[in-house]
Amino acid sequence: MQKINISKISINKETILLYVFILTFVFMSILSPSKFLSLGNLQSMASQLPELGIISLGMMVVIITGGINLSITYTAALAGIAGAFVLSSGLGSEATGIYVFITILKALAVILLTGFLCGLLNGYLVGSIGVAPILVTLGTMTLYEGVSLLFTKGGAISGFPLQYQWIGNGNILFLPVPIVIFILFALLTGILLERTAWGRSVYMFGCNPTATLFSGVNIKKVIMFVYIYSSVAAALAAIIMTSRYNSAKVDYGSSYLLQSVAIVVLGGTDIAGGYGKVIGTIIAAGIIQILSSGLNLIGINRFIVDVTMGILLIGVLLLNFFINKAGRKGVMTKQQKEMKTDKKVPA
Amino acid sequence: MEQKPFLQMRNISKTFPGVKALDAVKLEILPGEIHALVGENGAGKSTLIKILAGVEIPDPGAEFLIDGQPANIQQPLDSTKRGIAVIYQDFSLFPSLTVAENIGFGREIGQGRRFVNWIEIRETANRALQELGVEIDLNSQLEKLSVAKQQLVAIARALAFNARLIIMDEPTSSLSQAEVEGLFKIIRNLKAKGIAILFVSHKLQELFTIAERFTVLRDGKYIGTYLKKDLNEEKLISLMVGRKVEFIKQPGGKVGQPILEVKSISKKGNFKDISFRLHKGEILGLTGLVGAGRSEVAQALFGLNAPDEGDIILEGKKVSIHSPEEALSFGIAYIPEHRQIQGLVMRQSVAKNITLTSLKKIRGKLGFLDNNSEKNLVNQYMQVLDIRPKNPDMLTMQLSGGNQQKVVLAKWLATNPKILIVDEPTNGIDVGAKAEIHRLLRQLAAEGIAVLMISSELPEILAICDRILVMRRGRMVAEFNIDEATQEKIMNKAFLGTANSVSA
Repeated sequence: MQKINISKISINKETILLYVFILTFVFMSILSPSKFLSLGNLQSMASQLPELGIISLGMMVVIITGGINLSITYTAALAGIAGAFVLSSGLGSEATGIYVFITILKALAVILLTGFLCGLLNGYLVGSIGVAPILVTLGTMTLYEGVSLLFTKGGAISGFPLQYQWIGNGNILFLPVPIVIFILFALLTGILLERTAWGRSVYMFGCNPTATLFSGVNIKKVIMFVYIYSSVAAALAAIIMTSRYNSAKVDYGSSYLLQSVAIVVLGGTDIAGGYGKVIGTIIAAGIIQILSSGLNLIGINRFIVDVTMGILLIGVLLLNFFINKAGRKGVMTKQQKEMKTDKKVPA
Repeated sequence: MEQKPFLQMRNISKTFPGVKALDAVKLEILPGEIHALVGENGAGKSTLIKILAGVEIPDPGAEFLIDGQPANIQQPLDSTKRGIAVIYQDFSLFPSLTVAENIGFGREIGQGRRFVNWIEIRETANRALQELGVEIDLNSQLEKLSVAKQQLVAIARALAFNARLIIMDEPTSSLSQAEVEGLFKIIRNLKAKGIAILFVSHKLQELFTIAERFTVLRDGKYIGTYLKKDLNEEKLISLMVGRKVEFIKQPGGKVGQPILEVKSISKKGNFKDISFRLHKGEILGLTGLVGAGRSEVAQALFGLNAPDEGDIILEGKKVSIHSPEEALSFGIAYIPEHRQIQGLVMRQSVAKNITLTSLKKIRGKLGFLDNNSEKNLVNQYMQVLDIRPKNPDMLTMQLSGGNQQKVVLAKWLATNPKILIVDEPTNGIDVGAKAEIHRLLRQLAAEGIAVLMISSELPEILAICDRILVMRRGRMVAEFNIDEATQEKIMNKAFLGTANSVSA
């Protein structure tokens, strides 16, 4: 009888997720081939996924450091509203030419700058002052929501130039523009995390902030950039959202907050920090998107959709937990073996 | 006067992986006796106390008698029930609870109650404080009290448990002179009530004021129990020192130009008026008792604990260092005392740990990390330090203690430091690895690096240092050249030295 060496079978979190993704996709396709696999539905999912996906990536970077960014969706709202003021000022939807182009560029810059400033405040409070991330971002969440309400009185701002809608609804070749933005942003995030000194420091800080500080890493700077990156991601999502809805409003995307945390954790990121991969978050965002669109499509009650998602999330978390536990046991037996062999060597 | 002992411990041994912390130690305490437990750092005092408290379980074969009856102490509750109470240095109280709650609660839980009887808690607390003869408002929150009063609460708490032996670990370390006298008065009161006190302290003068008998430990071994009248301070120190551990004496090197000069730096509550010079190619030892302020001085040089006053002069230029990043740029490296918390990112690979200090160095074009230069750097230093197993992708937590320490050394050598500060570099690693680290440090010094080594292990200090500084209570109290230094001389200064005895 052949012995199976369990440690040789590589079951990493990302592969499991990929199987879950394929399973949900196949399951939905079988359940409702005509509706789920229709071009319309696939396109609609493809245009919704980027907003949630980009916000989740922004959330992931913070969670890898062991923090959390509760202000992420209101950062998106505030940035969108700031841009909306530029977009709706002076120009009607029938304006044309170079002025429209400049206005749109100005709006994009304002949105990204607002995101940058929101992140700067979070990063300063967390990194330099040293307040717990959950408290800082809970505070700034309320602050950014408040500022947004102050400027809009809760209403929507609309009247954008027609051309602006291309970002949310247009295509490059056959790909929706939001998908292109999402892919580029995911690539950028992956490269920054895996291939730069900053990214390396982010993971090391997440595992052990003290040892990272003691290694001469400027952790204030690292954390500052983490929160700025997270907020700029929110601003990017805001660009897609305002364009897709052709307006800006304080509660656009507010449901993404807890969803993005769920996606990041589902995607295998350690909520305590130190581990997390772009690909895991992307697949997890895909799973959530397929489930919510698919179940909606076949006419399942909204509440049952939530129940299903909750069960799926808990299931994957339990699976990860047990895999981790098995992994730790493996390390421990290995250590014990080494200690035994050490003792045989005469001192 | 023949008294039956309250506590008898015989043949107490405790083995930790790779270390024998206690070896057939004994301890006997009479009712109402004030007994001192003394020994150098690492002599085994803390381990013995932990066994008394039920926190650690001794190796098989230990005899543990209370009132002549064998006591089976497996967990803290067992020892509390037998009348043994430990007051740790930090008191182990609940800062946000009231005085009454702190005194009364443990007893309630100890009795297995599920509901809180507030009236009884207040009565218990009141009775205990009256027994001590002190007045403290039962309703005041603990953290708002002075340290001395918190200590009284801790003692009252022990009384509430009907303690017959109270163990005090460095009880006077943060008390003023008047408060110490107050404490001693209370201890004598307790003695009159038949309660025994086991006093653990480095302050020999105080021990001679209060204690009646002394039990001395050295290297985890029992040296003896002596009456006060048979001892004086010098004799006690000579009993404590003289550790048998031998390290190969590493020949001293050629000492070069001074590279670092520290001029009377002070930091409130940490250290005061510290001055010394560090030369290229030398190993300067910095020793003293735990808590003397050695690590604080080291961290001041590493930008983690910037001094309030005084100058740090590096290669002739006055510098101020406010972060490890700055220290690194000045060529200062620090191998911290707590390897697993401060030194390494245990859940990451050996390679990533080694390059964490040098991320800027392994950046290629466009600022991306360069795989090849990372690999080269890692391989180079894994080879230089002979880190095993030779697998850079292994998680750091999977290595042995000695190899982990080599990873910390590797990551700092990779920065080409001019000054290497090592804090207890051989703590918790086996003898073979210790000798290897010693050889390495000597070799680094020979290459021109200035090494500042903090260590509590005198044999280690005497084996590899060129010069030795001794600190006591935040002050520099002595400087020795290696050929004039002995364990006795150093310990004398560490226990009794004053700042006036050194002219820096």
